[in-house]
Parts: sequence; structure tokens; C-alpha cells
Amino acid sequence: MSQTSTSKDIAFLKEQAKAVRIEILKMLAEAGSGHTGGSLSAADVATALYFSKMRHNPKDPSWKERDRFILSKGHAAPLLYAVLALSGYFDKSLLKTLRKIGSPLQGHPCSKLLPGVEISTGSLGQGLSIANGIAMGLKMDGVTSRVYCVLGDGEIQEGQVWEAAMTASHYRLDNMCAIIDNNGLQIDGPCCDVMALEPIAEKWKSFGWHVIDINGHDMKAILGALDEAEGIKGKPTMIVARTVKGKGVSFFEGKVQYHGMAPTQEELKKALEELENNG
Amino acid sequence: MGERREEGGKESRGQGIKGSRGEINHSLETSNPRNLEPSQTKPVATRDAYGDALLELGKKRKEVVVLDADLSGSTKTAKFAKVFPERFFNIGISEQDLIGTAGGLSLTGKMPFASTFAVFETGRAWEQIRQTISYSSLNVKLVATHSGITVAEDGASHQAIEDIALMRVLPNMTVIVPADGIETKQVIEAIADFYGPVYVRLGRAKVPVIMPENYRFTIGKAYKFHTGRDANIIATGIMVSVSLDAMEMLKKDGIDAGVINMPTVKPLDNDAVIEAAKASGLIVTAEEHSVIGGLGGAVAELLSENYPVRVKRIGVKDTFGCSGPSDELMKLYGLTAEDIVRTIKEALKKS
Repeated sequence: MSQTSTSKDIAFLKEQAKAVRIEILKMLAEAGSGHTGGSLSAADVATALYFSKMRHNPKDPSWKERDRFILSKGHAAPLLYAVLALSGYFDKSLLKTLRKIGSPLQGHPCSKLLPGVEISTGSLGQGLSIANGIAMGLKMDGVTSRVYCVLGDGEIQEGQVWEAAMTASHYRLDNMCAIIDNNGLQIDGPCCDVMALEPIAEKWKSFGWHVIDINGHDMKAILGALDEAEGIKGKPTMIVARTVKGKGVSFFEGKVQYHGMAPTQEELKKALEELENNG
Repeated sequence: MGERREEGGKESRGQGIKGSRGEINHSLETSNPRNLEPSQTKPVATRDAYGDALLELGKKRKEVVVLDADLSGSTKTAKFAKVFPERFFNIGISEQDLIGTAGGLSLTGKMPFASTFAVFETGRAWEQIRQTISYSSLNVKLVATHSGITVAEDGASHQAIEDIALMRVLPNMTVIVPADGIETKQVIEAIADFYGPVYVRLGRAKVPVIMPENYRFTIGKAYKFHTGRDANIIATGIMVSVSLDAMEMLKKDGIDAGVINMPTVKPLDNDAVIEAAKASGLIVTAEEHSVIGGLGGAVAELLSENYPVRVKRIGVKDTFGCSGPSDELMKLYGLTAEDIVRTIKEALKKS
């Protein structure tokens, strides 16, 4: 759909993103803990992937030809669970079990427990290496599937990310498209205060990646970047998605304390009202 | 290869681990159960056997892919790389990425063998192994070389004496330490038929061939050379041949000590350990590893809960290694047949 995305498609995706945000907030409030800010900031990117760009089949999660999605920033698990549930991988009612004993919806994604999760993540900095390995394996088999990997911006402080950045470039993994959810905040404060990241785009360019810098909440820009990435040959693509932490709920937006805090029932009520009204 | 991992020392040019009487291969004369021809008994480093076994496996199984971190010449994965360049990935000096990339390849149905030195594989990338490989039970074979103090001249920075403990503590992980070249080849074939994460610990130095040619390794099964009535030595890796020397020395003094080769440290062959404890009442563990957390730890844990007998642990005593020739280091750290003999005699005196 995205190659010729119409205003109707964009409107559909915006509605889907809203539904995803609603599910994120509801499951987090029910769980009473979890990562709100970073789940909301990457919601538009994940929505564009799951409801437009990616080839996947919720009825056959291990379909060989599927595109792969690796959530390297595993703490945004509620976002992954929301897009999986709304895609039909499992019943939406399961979202209520997030973080509870016996639930396949662990605090951070666990591939052994939940079909649709490609690999367990949660310890930061590891997803890109895994995505590289998948991309290599697919190329060896002549499978044309693409690999998408979403990283946090604070996450790229992990040294392993740069090891993987070299590997993707060295092995010319053009079936790989990584996305940085650049919301500018990490647990201890603004990234620029904790450990400065900029210039992010130039760093990845210097590592041999094709880099696309976009507004990570502009659905048209997201789809455009994903299409552009698909056309790049001989090198991997990094989409630097400039986002707002807590996006969609005014009183969460840009607030560092909501990195790892779930909404209260009262906040949930207000947040849902706001999302509905902002249609 | 980077300077910090330069392979120094003379050992790789032929000098092996010497036994109690200074002969390279003397254990074969005294304890070889099947009288091997001399040509078959030439000492071989387990890493060399790995290089050959990996190449053979690669010919048989297309899904085998190999990854290394700039040490393919030393780990011997270069043999595979030469024949199957399209299935070999050098990841450079980046062990954490090595593990993650191997994990990703396994998710596409490949069977990755990821190799580097034991200290870097299990130490530098421990958390990657935990999070990506063992938590998700990925079919990745972690085959590390240059374990233990017999890395020799390179010194403590390169001598992994904690790796068995580091891998053994991880759920879903199988831990195997082959005793010689024959066993190494068997192990590589066996782990290819097993789905799941495995850590295989190999060495740099040449070691005597002690396992019978017709030996068939099974994951989780010990190999009994002899069950003793006075003491039983449960050994792994290069310490098996040293233990066989000790057994012969004790025999001359009228002490009946047995030797059990325990290639699989996890899952441990519980029955074999308990049987040995029942037979002798004194168990001595022997490993080229810290006495903390390795085979000695595993055996002591099992016996203290199930069949408490006296356990003495031969190994590196909670200290770092140092530079030197491997045979001198074995003496310095108390890993010779004489050390085992003395330990057993003292323990028997006190009992």
C-alpha cells in the first residue's frame, strides 16, 4: 500500500496508531507498571510497519517469507503487544495479563512465550546484531524478506550497537532497515545531558549507512522513508525518527518521569478522553 | 590478528602438556586401555580436532555457518572458512556482536558455530549469551578455544579459568569439555544433532590421545576408565589424561583409584557421580579451571544433596594465572598427577 499511499491510507494508519496508543495505555494502567513514554513515541513507526509496510501473516507467525521486526528497545513491549494483538496474532483480551504471573506478555518481550515476537529483548543494545544475523541468513537463502529493527536513542550508547553498525555495513545488508526512536529522553534525563548522541545522522552515515532523517510522527514521512530504504542497494538504511516521548497524551509528552511509569486509572481516563477528542 | 591477542610462546610449535615423568605421551603407555599404534597416539590440540571436525560437518550439513572474531587462525575455523567462504562470517574484534549475529542466523534455520577465545566468548559476551542465546534457547554452538592456564605465555588476561562456571549457571545451556582430539570430533558431531545452545571448551595445547577409537560420545554421559575402591577421580578436559597418570602412580602404591571422564559438565551424569561415590567414599574432581563453580562445584553440589562423601577439588585455587610454559604452569597451579596423588593419599590418611 505504501508505494502509492493515498490520503485514505494515511487516515487509516492514523486511526490505527490511535488504537495502538489506546491499547498501550490500557494495558499499562492495568499492569500498574511499565514503560509508557517510549511505547507511545514509537507507536507511529510500529503502526506504519505492521499495518502497511511489512509482509506478515498473523495466522502463520513463522512464515518463511515474512518481514522481520526486532524490537531492540525491548522496554517498549506494550507497543509490540498492541500491534501484534491488533494485527490478530492473539486475542486482545490477553493484553490485560501484561506483567502478571503466567502471562506470555512478559515485562520485556519473550519469544519463547509469545508467537510473533521474533526474539527476546530487553537488555539494550543487542537487537541490531540479531537483526544483522537474520538479514545475513535471509540473503544466504535468497529470501527477499526485509528486516526492521527499532532502537531507542539512549540505546545507541551501548557499544554493541556500533559493532553491529559496522557489521551491517561491512556485509552490505541492504535488506536491513533500522529505525531510531529519537525521543531525546532516557531514564536519567535528556540524552544530551546523560551522554550526548548528536550528530546521530552523521554518525550512522560515517559507519556506511544510508540515513533518512524524518519526523517520526508524520505517517506520510514514515512510509516514504520505509519505501526509500527498500530501494537502497548495497548498504543498510537507518531512519532517524525524531519523536516526542509520550506522544499522543499531552501530560506525558516530553516528561522524563513517564519513561518507566504506568498511567494511574485517573490518568488513563484523561488520556483516553484526550486521544478520542483529538481524533 | 590484533596485538592484544598475539599468540606467543613455544608451545604451539610442538611442545605438549607433559605428564608426571616428563614424557609428552607417557599416559598412553601406562593407562591406554586399547594399545594404540604410535601413529594414532600423537598428541593433538582439541582446537585442531575442532577445525577438522567443523570442516567435515560443513561438508555434511549445509545449514552449518561459522562465525569468528578475528581469531580464525587460532581457533582453527579458518579451515572451514577456506572451503566454505560463503558460510563463514568474520565479525571482527567484537564478541558481543558475534554472539548476537550468530543468534540472528539461527533464527533463519542456520546452525551457527561461533568461535573465539574462551575468555572473550564467555566473559566479554556473557550477557549477550544470557539474553539472546540461552534465554531464547537458540540453536547456537559456542565453541571456544584457548581455555584454561595452558594458554601459557599470553598470561592471565587470556587464560579463561571461569568459563565453565559462567556457562554452567545459565539455564538451557549445555556445557561440554572434551578430553582429547577423538572426543572433540565426537562432540562436534553430537552437538550438531542436538537442538539448543551448547558451550564447548577447547584448548590450545597439544594433549595426549586417551579415548578409544571406537568411543561414542553422548551428551550427559560419563566415560568410566576404571572404578576405584579407595578413591575416584572425576575429571574433565585435559585433566583426564593427568588423572590417568595419577591412577597408575597410585596403583603402584597399592591404592585403587578410579578415573571417570566427565565431558559433559552440564547436564552432569548424576548416576555416574553417585555410583563413583558409593564405590569409594572419596571423590576427587580435576579440572583446568577455578575450583569455584566448575566441575568440582557441580559434583560437590550433587553429592552434598544426594550422597554426601568427602570431595576434594583439584583446580586453580581462586587466583589468576600467569605467563609461562604450560607444563610449568600446571605444576605451579597444582594440576599435575603428583598433585592428585598427594591429595588422595592425604585424604585417605585422614579418613
